[in-house]
Amino acid sequence: MLTCDRYPVRRLPFAEVSEEDLAFFERIIPGRVSTDPCELKLGNVDWLKMVRGCSKVLLRPKTTEEVSQILRYCNKRNLAVNPQGGNTGMVGGSVPVFDEIILSTALMNQVISFDTMAGILVCQAGCILEQLNQYVEERDFIMPLDLGAKGSCHIGGNVATNAGGLRFLRYGSLHGTVLGLEVVLADGLVLDCLTSLRKDNTGYDLKQLFIGSEGTLGVITAVSILCPRKPKAVNLAFLGCPGFAEVLKTFSTCKGMLGEILSAYEFMDNKCMQLVENHLRLSNPVKENPFYVLIETSGSNAGHDEEKLTNFLEQVMSSGLVTDGTVATDNTKIKMLWALRERITEALSRDGYVYKYDISLPMEKLYDIVLDIRSRLGQSAKSVVGYGHLGDGNLHLNVTANSYSSSLLKAIEPYVYEWTARHHGSISAEHGLGFKKKDFIGYSKTQEAILLMQQIKGTLDPKGILNPYKTLPSSSS
Amino acid sequence: MAELRALVGVKRVIDYAVKIRVKPDKTGVVTDGVKHSMNPFCEIAVEEAVRLKEKKLVKEVIAVSCGPKQCQETLRTALAMGADRGIHVEVPESEAERLGPLQVSRVLTALAQKEKAGLVLLGKQAIDDDCNQTGQMTAAMLDWPQGTFASKLTLEGDKVTVEREIDGGLETIRLKLPAVVTADLRLNEPRYATLPNIMGTN
Repeated sequence: MLTCDRYPVRRLPFAEVSEEDLAFFERIIPGRVSTDPCELKLGNVDWLKMVRGCSKVLLRPKTTEEVSQILRYCNKRNLAVNPQGGNTGMVGGSVPVFDEIILSTALMNQVISFDTMAGILVCQAGCILEQLNQYVEERDFIMPLDLGAKGSCHIGGNVATNAGGLRFLRYGSLHGTVLGLEVVLADGLVLDCLTSLRKDNTGYDLKQLFIGSEGTLGVITAVSILCPRKPKAVNLAFLGCPGFAEVLKTFSTCKGMLGEILSAYEFMDNKCMQLVENHLRLSNPVKENPFYVLIETSGSNAGHDEEKLTNFLEQVMSSGLVTDGTVATDNTKIKMLWALRERITEALSRDGYVYKYDISLPMEKLYDIVLDIRSRLGQSAKSVVGYGHLGDGNLHLNVTANSYSSSLLKAIEPYVYEWTARHHGSISAEHGLGFKKKDFIGYSKTQEAILLMQQIKGTLDPKGILNPYKTLPSSSS
Repeated sequence: MAELRALVGVKRVIDYAVKIRVKPDKTGVVTDGVKHSMNPFCEIAVEEAVRLKEKKLVKEVIAVSCGPKQCQETLRTALAMGADRGIHVEVPESEAERLGPLQVSRVLTALAQKEKAGLVLLGKQAIDDDCNQTGQMTAAMLDWPQGTFASKLTLEGDKVTVEREIDGGLETIRLKLPAVVTADLRLNEPRYATLPNIMGTN
């Protein structure tokens, strides 16, 4: 079902792609202009299969210069453009809503340089995150972010959505780790802010505008990013907790006793465990518990870290905060334990149609909303689960049903957003707004802020050709 | 309750997921600071022994490891998985290089007799040398029957039925105890060592 049929959205008066346009693109990027229906089908549907566009053209530039020429032309011709990376976004921001031209970074996958002293990686926007991680790992570094989609997502897309992920707790936001960007603006102008300096206070920090702009202010073509050293010792503890209060107390104890070696603190509820067991045949390594916590430590000294971890585990087990658990120190087991948390999204997709919510809330309230929604929806929902980056105060609330139902949607939205707004939380902690959530921005940002955002958009992209229908509500509404 | 004692050999090897690097002087592979863990096939052997104990077919599971001090970590893992006792046959680092199936099988033979074990369970081979000899040599030295590459094990009274994975497919044999059995990949899926057990071993 097409997005424009399911959702109330009208096509803006952009031009339509003509034969002359195709010929022009073919001259700029010969052999990389696709109108093949099969290829377009993939590019038109998002990973969650929630939205579907009807684009007829997929462009695959290799260089920044090609991107610049394409955008300059599209701007003149008033053709809408949808920048697309790995197409793993969760809010329908990576695929066309109507017939926007898909501008894919798939062939912009070269590493430009890596400074092994400072750990600064410079690469094109189409590099796949997992491959970048392997590249820097060989040189004793790691990427400062990690997410379940790593095998497919592009670094350009990560930056455009200010992706969070599993290492956020330790290495922070892309706003801090990205040192420079090269961006092509809507009129084709190449903005070179690709410095590789840790400190540079010369004027407004333009790159910050583009980080998290979801492809609406410019197309990111190259990224300069700071990579941390690869930890020599990584340990993973998978624990079972009898209640959410215990999950929170364990986190508190964890911060106190593990401190600087803590690199991830994730939680999942028992329903999530059942889903990965049933749909993916993964096995629960510990006794059944209402909640499970994944704690990762990363440090430079195995003995030191193990001692701290052992003391911590003794403490939480003897005090009853944790009833059961297991620890992994070798790579194979660590990957298997991480899979229990990382593949929840996959298991949910197999459970049925997924209503996905990604919210930031004060930690004590984090699970209350799950209980509330669960009782509110009752039998009309198949599964209601909560899991996520507890350490960052970020909950992934998901509801599944056998198929899409507008009445179920009405029961969830805007109730979830109102709940979040009441507690001054964010209605999109890390997934962004994309197509699905742009109209709810008001729940987390003031009208004045939204107005200023629209003004900035109007300045950088007056014709509004970059990723239209997304991120910000249209100025008229 | 059975009187059967199971002796399980566990070897400390470079972790299966680690990328092996050759030493610059080409005399071997880099082992310093490299992640080590229990040989995966030994894990499967320990798991099988513990399962037999849980079924009350085996009375005691004794884990054995030969090598330098760090072997104790491997023994701790075996204990955390459910083994009752761990025996560390200490061999100093300098001589450990020369430890091979012949030497280890002599040790296992002596221990099997000393501990009056009725079943010796080993991994079919170690992932560092891929020798696939220790089980067979131990059986020969003890003059016990052997069931190697076991993908299924059933204890019935004084006999053990072993389904083996061989080139042509599967072969089922029945051995009279005492016997030596070596574990293949599909024998079982080893459990995670859980915290209460891990804490207990420290």
